[in-house]
Order: sequence, then structure tokens, then C-alpha cells
Amino acid sequence: MVPITHYLILALLMFSIGVVGVIVRRNAIVVFMCIELMLNSVNLTFVAFSKQWGNLDGQIAVFFVMVVAAAEAAIGLAIILSVFRAGQSIETSDAAELKF
Amino acid sequence: MNQAAISATIWPIAFFPLLGALLAYVLGRKERDWAGIIATAASALSFLWVVKLVWALPEAHYFEDQLFQWISLADLKVDFTFRVDQLSAVMCMVVTGVGTLIHLYSTAYMHEDEGRHRFFAYLNLFMFSMLLLVLGGNLMVLFIGWEGVGLCSYLLIGFWFKNLAYAAAGRKAFVVNRIGDAGFLLGIFLLLHLVGTTDFVALQPAIMSGNVALGTDFYTLVALCLFVGACGKSAQIPLFVWLPDAMAGPTPVSALIHAATMVTAGVYMLARMGFLFVLAPAALAVVLVVAVATAFVAATTALTQYDIKKVLAYSTVSQLGFMFMAAAAGAFWVAIFHVVTHAFFKACLFLGAGSVIHGCHHEQDMRHMGGLYKKMPITCITYGVSVLAIAGIFFFSGYQSKHAILGALEHWHNPHLKEWIEYILILVKFTAFLTAFYMTRSFVMTFLGEYRGHAHPHESPWPMTVPLIVLAVLGAFGGLALSGSLGFSLEHYLAALNFGAAAEHHHESIAAALINSWTGLLGVGLAFVMYTQLKELPGMFLRLVPPLSKLLSGKYYFDELYGAIIVRPLEGLAAFLWKVVDQGMIDGMVNGTAAFVDATGELRRITQTGQLRYYALMLFGATVFFIIFYYVL
Repeated sequence: MVPITHYLILALLMFSIGVVGVIVRRNAIVVFMCIELMLNSVNLTFVAFSKQWGNLDGQIAVFFVMVVAAAEAAIGLAIILSVFRAGQSIETSDAAELKF
Repeated sequence: MNQAAISATIWPIAFFPLLGALLAYVLGRKERDWAGIIATAASALSFLWVVKLVWALPEAHYFEDQLFQWISLADLKVDFTFRVDQLSAVMCMVVTGVGTLIHLYSTAYMHEDEGRHRFFAYLNLFMFSMLLLVLGGNLMVLFIGWEGVGLCSYLLIGFWFKNLAYAAAGRKAFVVNRIGDAGFLLGIFLLLHLVGTTDFVALQPAIMSGNVALGTDFYTLVALCLFVGACGKSAQIPLFVWLPDAMAGPTPVSALIHAATMVTAGVYMLARMGFLFVLAPAALAVVLVVAVATAFVAATTALTQYDIKKVLAYSTVSQLGFMFMAAAAGAFWVAIFHVVTHAFFKACLFLGAGSVIHGCHHEQDMRHMGGLYKKMPITCITYGVSVLAIAGIFFFSGYQSKHAILGALEHWHNPHLKEWIEYILILVKFTAFLTAFYMTRSFVMTFLGEYRGHAHPHESPWPMTVPLIVLAVLGAFGGLALSGSLGFSLEHYLAALNFGAAAEHHHESIAAALINSWTGLLGVGLAFVMYTQLKELPGMFLRLVPPLSKLLSGKYYFDELYGAIIVRPLEGLAAFLWKVVDQGMIDGMVNGTAAFVDATGELRRITQTGQLRYYALMLFGATVFFIIFYYVL
């Protein structure tokens, strides 16, 4: 049996990659994928702890996260599409007009 | 006032002018000429109602008209009451009688003015306020009228408000009057607090019974407070400075408000509250000193004035001083007597001056007049008669009233000033001489000699000459008629005003009377000679003592003095409050708050770049920071 530490280290790595991606990348779709990556790293820790404690609560939480992630994907992609239509670009640095 | 009340309908006396004011304004806006007719008719109706009431007024009774309860607080009940007793009757006759004549005169005098509907509305409103003042059955109602006449005076002085100096004169009159009114109000409040009523009928027994806890000191205090009010309204030192400036108003206004009626309101109030004043001899002594000083200062100032209306204005101030002298001596009926005769001859003088100004196309400087007797005979004769009246020459009305004032002063009972009364009398007689002198000077400069102006003087139309003739006749015979020669004695009629002062009756021969009017004769004669024959003499006389002439033509520098000690410090304070407190502190606080928000916002703006990556970095950075902060540290 794989010890929980391995799962957690993998989740940490995935999460860190996600964070760095969100901060560093400019392409909105990549940023979006990095957010998914972070969500899934959290999902991994949920499942890992669920198996560790023999408790199904964590797995149920994962379903919730997946539902929310699906909704978020729908809305997020719609926003990206609108941004692209407005500015012919999906670079986040180009969508910087909404400021004082 | 041990008199019995009879209820009667009094309110129409005041109501007619009020209605007249409204109609004159509303209908006058459509058709300007109606305003004068309406206002004159309203005033005449009021006069007729007064005559009807006065005719029916039995001796030792008064009419009462309780309209409604005005104020009802816990212990304080003030009724809105009108009363006509003998004193009110005399004042009402003067106000409505002289008022109607002046309304008639104004219809011609103002016939070219664009705003005459406004003028007549104000004039009628003034009549209403003045009647409220003399009819009011308690000090509160009197005070409404008191303030009302002040308001109308302000409106009419500044009637030609496009001239800023005139508007400023109106404001000055209003402000100076407010100072007096503050004293008057304090007096009313003191009475309310300590006696509990201001109703004259209730007040008199309460005061005279001596049950008021504080005694003489209280009477003196209240009397002085009331006198401060009278000083403001009746232009006595130190509050007389507004009256000469009030000549900015149209001349009929000067005649009605600033000579015949409003300015005598202070004298009326003193007479009305006479029962209080006789119990406060110290206050009466103050009144005498102020009155004599005012009469003298104003008379000497009048000597050097060249504006015909200014001469009359200072003369009015001086004559008001004479009225207060009589009141100070406790001879309140004499004060009212002089109010009445003065109303006749001074209104006539002012209307005569107005007629001259009208005829000379708005020339007021006497140096540009002269020789007008040929062009304006009626004005000249009526003015001349009134000059003789004010000079106090026997037979004319001023003689009787002025002689009565001197008689009252000779019987000075007051323990205060008893040893000084001899000298005061000399000063008063000298002032009477000056009165005759400067009035004759104005007559000679205006009507005699050669015409020195460039206009084409003409006699005024009948609505102006008729009031002049009527007033001149009253000014000539009024004194004699009121002093008992024709079976009517004002002294007897106003017996209720006699609070234990010794009544003296002396019948004098015509020769004695002529001798008694020597001050007037001397003044008239001297001025006549000096200004017709020895024309260099007045100038030489003034050059002989330059400081004196400077003092006189500078009007004793009262305006400059008040400017230095009151007006300019106040203006400085106002500038300080405006520039430093308002603009600096209050605006500074408001603007400072906004500036603070603005500056912090500006600072905060640095972080809002619009870059998503940057926000994400801050979000994670903050999360990491707090995690470390809470779990590690």
C-alpha cells in the first residue's frame, strides 16, 4: 500500500505547478487549466485522506468539487470567449482595462 | 387708569389700511394709478372710523375690543386686545389724519414713479402697524406694531433701492432700531417675569400698588430698558444716527414716518408707561439728560446743513428731544401735546420741502434754491407759517407746546438733578433759540433772495398744496385750539396721564406770551438779518472758530465714532469669521476629509494594475503569509 505521504507530495507538486502557472502564464486558457490542476490536487488529497481514514466523506466532497469545477469551466470558457471577441486576444495582460 | 371699559368695534381702524395695502399692491400692479387712490381711501376710511369712535368716547371711559387670545402658556395669557382711551384717541387722530393728508400728497408726488404700487402698499402697511402700536392693549401687541413700523420704515427708506447708498441707509435704520428693540424686549420680559402681565389696565394697579418684590430698583431697571427702546425708535442719543440717513426715502415718507408718527412712538410708549416712569425718578433723570443732549446736539448740527431735508431731519431729532424732556419732567400730556403740534408743523415743513424738491426737479441743496416765493407762493406761505410754529412764536402752535415743556421743566420735582435744573433750562432755552435760527435760515435760503439754481421751479398741483394748507392751518391754530382757548383742553382730556404732577393753570396776556416767546423771536430775527442783510456774517462766524465749525459740519463725528468702535471691529470680526473660521476651519475640515480620502485612494491605486497575474500573486502571497503567520509563528 502506498503511504499517504506520497499522495500528499504529489498533490503538493500539482498544486504548486498550478499556482506558478496561474501567476506566470498569460494565456487565459492555460491559466484556466492551472486552476483545474489546483482543484484536482485538492481532490487527490481528499481521496487520499478518505482512503487513509476509511471514511467516504472525502470522496463525496470530491464529487462536489467536480460539479463546481464543471460549472466553473462552462462559465470560464464563456468569459474567455467573450474576452476574445472583444479584444481579439486571450492574453490576460491585454484585458487590463477595468481599472481606475 | 381708573376708567371703565366699554366694548366697541375697533378693529376696522387697523383693518382698512391692511386691506388697502393688499389691494394697492395687487390692483396697483395692473394699473399703477389705482394704488394711490385705494391707499388714500383706506386711510381716509380709517380716519373716519377713528373720528366716529373718538366722538362717542365718554370721559373717564375707554373702548375695548378683545379679538382673540393670542398666547396661552401655563401662566402666561396674552390677549389680542385693541383699546381706545384718550391717549390712543389723540394718537389715532394724528396718525390717521396726518396720514391721510400725506397719502393724498403722495398721489401727486409719486405720480411718475414706476414702483408706486409698492410705495402705497408699504405706506398703508405702515399705517396698519402704527395703528396696531397705538391701539394695542398690552405691550405685546404694541411690540408687533413697533416692529411693523420699523420694517415699513426700512422698506420705505430703501424704496429706491437701486441706489446703494439709499439701501444702506435703510439697513442702518433697521440695525440701529434693533439695538433699541433689544432693550425694549428685555423690559417687556422683565415685566412679564416679575409682574406677570403686560396689559396696561392690569399693569398700572400692579405697579402703582408697589407690591412688586424688587421695588424702586426694579422700576428703574425696567424704565431704562423701555427707554433704550424709545431711544432707538425716537432717535435719541446714542441711537439717533439713523434718522438723518433716513432722508434717503421719498419725502412723504420722511414727513409721515420720520417726522409725524413713527418717531413719536417712543414718546407715546413713555406716556403709556408713565405710571412706571414716575416711580423711577433716576430713570427720568437719565431721560432728561439724554433728551437735552440730543436736542442740543441735533440743533447745533442743523445749523451747518445745506440739504433741506437734512436740516429738517436734525430738527426732528431735536424736537423729539423736547418731547422727552416733557416726559422726563413727568408731564406726559405735554409730551403728547408737542407730539401733536410737531406732527402738524413738521409734516407741513417736510411736505413743503417735498414740494420744493418736486418743483426744482429733485434739487435738495439749499444753495441752489432761493427766491422761490415768487414761483411757489402756497408752499412758501405754508412753510413760513410752520417755521414760525416750530420757532415757538406766540399764537402759532409750537409756542403753546414748547412753553408747556419749559413750564414742566421749571417745576422739576425729581430729587435727581435738582440743583442742575437751572442750567439745563438755560441750555434748553438756547436750543429753542437755535431751533428758530436754523429753521429761519432754511426758509430764507430756500424762498427769499434770488434763485440760484438752473431748473424751472413751478408750484405743485392741488393734491400737494391742499395737505400743505390744511397742515399749515393746523400748525397755526392747533396749539391754541388744544390748550383750552376754544373750550377743549388737551391737558384735561389726557388727565389720566397726570400721575400726581401738580397741574398749574396760568392765563397769560398776549403781551406776556410775546415776551415768553422771546427765544423764538430772537432766533427768527437774528437769522433773518444774518441771511438777508449781512450774508458774510455766518461764514465769518464759522471761520472765527474753525474747530467748532468743523465739529458741527462733521455732525459731531458720531458716524465716524460708531464706525471706529462698533462697525469696523464688527466688520473685522465678520471678515475673521468668514476668512479664517468659515473658509479656513469649516471648509478646511470638509475639504480636508475629501483630500484625505483622495490621497489614500491615490496610494491604493498603485496596487490596481489590471494584471490578473499580479492579483493572483497577491492572493497566494497573502494566503501563504497568513498561514505562516498563524501556524508557524
